Amino acid sequence: MNADEKYTPQTWPEGPERATLEGKNKFLGFWFFLGGETVLFASLFATYIALKDKVPSPDHALAKDLFELPLVFVMTMLLLTSSLTSVYAMYHLKNYDFKKMQLWLVITVLLGLGFLGCEIYEFVHYYHAFDHTFTSSAFGSAFYTLTGFHGAHVIFGLAWFIALIVRNAGRGLNLYNAPKFYVASLYWHFIDVVWVFIFTVVYLMGMVG
Amino acid sequence: MVNNQSNTNNPRLDYEYRRRKNAEGMRIQVATFTLMIFFTVISFAAVAAGFSKWFVIPVILLLAVIQVGFQLYYFMHMGEKGHEAPSMFMWSGIGVAFLTILAFVTIIWW
Amino acid sequence: MSTIAQKRGFASTIWDYLTTVDHKKIAILYLIAGGFFFLLGGIEAMLIRIQLAVPNNDFVSAGFYNELLTMHGTTMIFLAAMPLLLGFMNAIMPLQIGARDVAFPFINALGFWLFFFGGVFLNLSWFLGGAPDAGWTSYASLSLASEGHGIDFYALGLQISGFGTLMGGINFLVTIINMRAPGMTYMRMPLFTWTTFVASALILFAFPPLTASIFMLTFDRMFGANFFNVAAGGNTIIWEHFFWIFGHPEVYILILPAFGIFSEIFATFSRKRLFGYSSMVFATVLIGFLGFMVWAHHMFTVGLGPVANAIFAVATMAIAVPTGIKIFNWLLTIWGGSIKFTVPMIYAVAFIPSFVMGGVTGVMQAAAPADYQYHDSYFIVAHFHYVIVGGVVLALLAGTHFYWPKMFGTMLSEKIGKFTFFFFFVGFHLTFFVQHFLGLMGMPRRVWTFLPGQGLDTGNLVSSVGAAFMAIGVVSLLVNIVITTMKNERVGNDPWGDGRTLEWALPSPAPFYNFKQLPLVRGLDAYWLEKMEGKDTLTPAEPIGDIHMPNPSFVPVVISFGLFVAAFGAMYQVDDKPWAIPVLIIGLAITFGAMLYRSIKDDHGFHIHKEDLMEDDDDNKGVKA
Repeated sequence: MNADEKYTPQTWPEGPERATLEGKNKFLGFWFFLGGETVLFASLFATYIALKDKVPSPDHALAKDLFELPLVFVMTMLLLTSSLTSVYAMYHLKNYDFKKMQLWLVITVLLGLGFLGCEIYEFVHYYHAFDHTFTSSAFGSAFYTLTGFHGAHVIFGLAWFIALIVRNAGRGLNLYNAPKFYVASLYWHFIDVVWVFIFTVVYLMGMVG
Repeated sequence: MVNNQSNTNNPRLDYEYRRRKNAEGMRIQVATFTLMIFFTVISFAAVAAGFSKWFVIPVILLLAVIQVGFQLYYFMHMGEKGHEAPSMFMWSGIGVAFLTILAFVTIIWW
Repeated sequence: MSTIAQKRGFASTIWDYLTTVDHKKIAILYLIAGGFFFLLGGIEAMLIRIQLAVPNNDFVSAGFYNELLTMHGTTMIFLAAMPLLLGFMNAIMPLQIGARDVAFPFINALGFWLFFFGGVFLNLSWFLGGAPDAGWTSYASLSLASEGHGIDFYALGLQISGFGTLMGGINFLVTIINMRAPGMTYMRMPLFTWTTFVASALILFAFPPLTASIFMLTFDRMFGANFFNVAAGGNTIIWEHFFWIFGHPEVYILILPAFGIFSEIFATFSRKRLFGYSSMVFATVLIGFLGFMVWAHHMFTVGLGPVANAIFAVATMAIAVPTGIKIFNWLLTIWGGSIKFTVPMIYAVAFIPSFVMGGVTGVMQAAAPADYQYHDSYFIVAHFHYVIVGGVVLALLAGTHFYWPKMFGTMLSEKIGKFTFFFFFVGFHLTFFVQHFLGLMGMPRRVWTFLPGQGLDTGNLVSSVGAAFMAIGVVSLLVNIVITTMKNERVGNDPWGDGRTLEWALPSPAPFYNFKQLPLVRGLDAYWLEKMEGKDTLTPAEPIGDIHMPNPSFVPVVISFGLFVAAFGAMYQVDDKPWAIPVLIIGLAITFGAMLYRSIKDDHGFHIHKEDLMEDDDDNKGVKA
């Protein structure tokens, strides 16, 4: 399969991400990786649940003291919307519309950056207002590790998207880069899956006690 | 093997069919997204309204599970053809994840 | 462009192996590195046995003894047994399914180099202030209290090599699902391929908990976190759970491929189809499935409560059923076969009683109340050495003899092989059988020394003599390898004469593109079927055409080396060394920079042209069997 082969919307295959053997392998391997990531995040969630509100002395802030609904709501909306925009990008990938795909990916990246900004603000706020840090208690360690691993995934996903957008800007879609775009968007959806559980288990359940 | 997955021998017809199918798929995605936003708002509202935690926690967990189902099966197409192995391995991962969390809420005492 | 026949200089051979993405060469790398760590772990074992040979011995100090026993366990499991098995999987599995390469050749190389640098990092601890000393399980309260950098080496080294193993697992899964030759249905796959598949799935799900918990240990020890620090609200049981959620599947990751190797050997040298093939597949999958539900049997005495203990006890005993299915299938494969007692077959036959003994003591320990007696005694040591040495190591030795010609094109000496077997097998039983009784008489595991006159003297001496026998066995294997390599008598496709599966239809060693034409697989034991029809080649599934191959790459070494550097930075920032944080950042920059380079630079591989393939054919005419 020649990667430089030029396509038109008419000749573009139906499942571009799996039209080559390399694409098929990448697709399957990445899904398996996500299966492993599920277990990784489950481990972090389990630790968080076991260590929630476990602090050395009563003057430490607990979950119900820390969290505020409005900020988490904004973060959730940003990330959920970025999931939809990456679906739009994949829609245009299927239709061989490179410009629109790039545009939607850029919007996804911007939303992701917005999320990241909120998260950094949140962590700084906990530090200044509550002295709630990574080292202050077992609760702090578990909280920052879980949300921090998610945040690191967001950073990695953004870097990945940006690298793909920039690298392919000059040459358009082909069967060599279509699988790359596709698995990057799978990764982004998975980040959203994890976030759904984080806002439910960490923030909302933390607020109700 | 570039473009022979379609059923008819008329490329123009295939192309239009695929376009329409993709557009239809996109409409479903947007509907899914609307539901997800709706569920999220319910979850946040239930917590903000201050209902009993014995009511709120099961509800928001259920809504989270449904939302994640939407992500996996609509946004990530896990139920579609060619996703048999991914789906098997994701469910195995979910099984191990469930066991791990179950253990950590039951047999890590104090 | 026929590269196979070129003579190479030493430097270019080294460069070739540093950049290779060929699964057969990566297999050789795994074999060399895993073999090296196996010898290292063996030397540690010998020092342990010398120390325990007589009561009140002071051959090594108590602290050094702790380091020895920790590094012996860690090295043998993570750096010897698993890489050696990954080596055989790499060497044989793609050939068995009729594939030209694995699904991700680049990631395959990356997996090896991560393992290698992780292992080297871990072992550098000997020279940099002391090895880890909290046991291979590294239970948290003990490992947090351990002074110096030993446990830091353990955490960072295993983290790096664990990433490599995870990549290897995903790579094999995708290879088996996507790269099978036409006609190679799932239920026609050789059993070694099946066990590779299930073991890879176990790797995929078992390593993430280890990754998570090692991160926590790293954060606790090096970055001030409090996961396991009870004073700050932490909980040490978390580590134990994670370790065994990983650790129990891990032992099946080791034993399943061993079962696969023995299944191939039994069928080959009984010259019979494997008895109960589909039940063997079923049992393999079932063992993999149950493997995730039994981890707490390592924690019966922790105090999980009678309900949890009962559930895990029953689940553990259930594993004896699929394992029993396998044992009976092997026996019935031999039954009525036309048996040839080659060295691999001798190992296989010896494996059955040895492994059954380990299995029986396993069921004994599965009874939770009885386990309160056995826990942390030499009975446990005897049990797991019976399953791991009696199962995995015998399989590795058998596999070495069995697959050596396929990997290197020459046969190991059968005569020396029998000598190796005799000393290793006798030594193995001498060493570990008596330890059952030492344990029941009350000798705790991991003790540095013991007092005279408590009835433990003779048993320990016997055990140490046995260990010397095993050492003689291993040394004779090395001698065998050297002699064989010096003689270098080339062999043909099917040197054992009874090969059943696809790999035996290829030249030894296989050409770098494996199959000139992908074979058409018409049933289980595809090559045997062809031979029964009087042919000595496979039925091709395609005409000769261009073959697409991946480019070699130095990037895997760079990515792994970056993490190796970063690990030093992470470790020494604890001591407030001013250079530590920059080193950490530089190391990560090397890794991520190399990953970015890999992702930005297109790599389309190259094609071997049809004409060159035809030429190779003419060149090789004389050699082919």
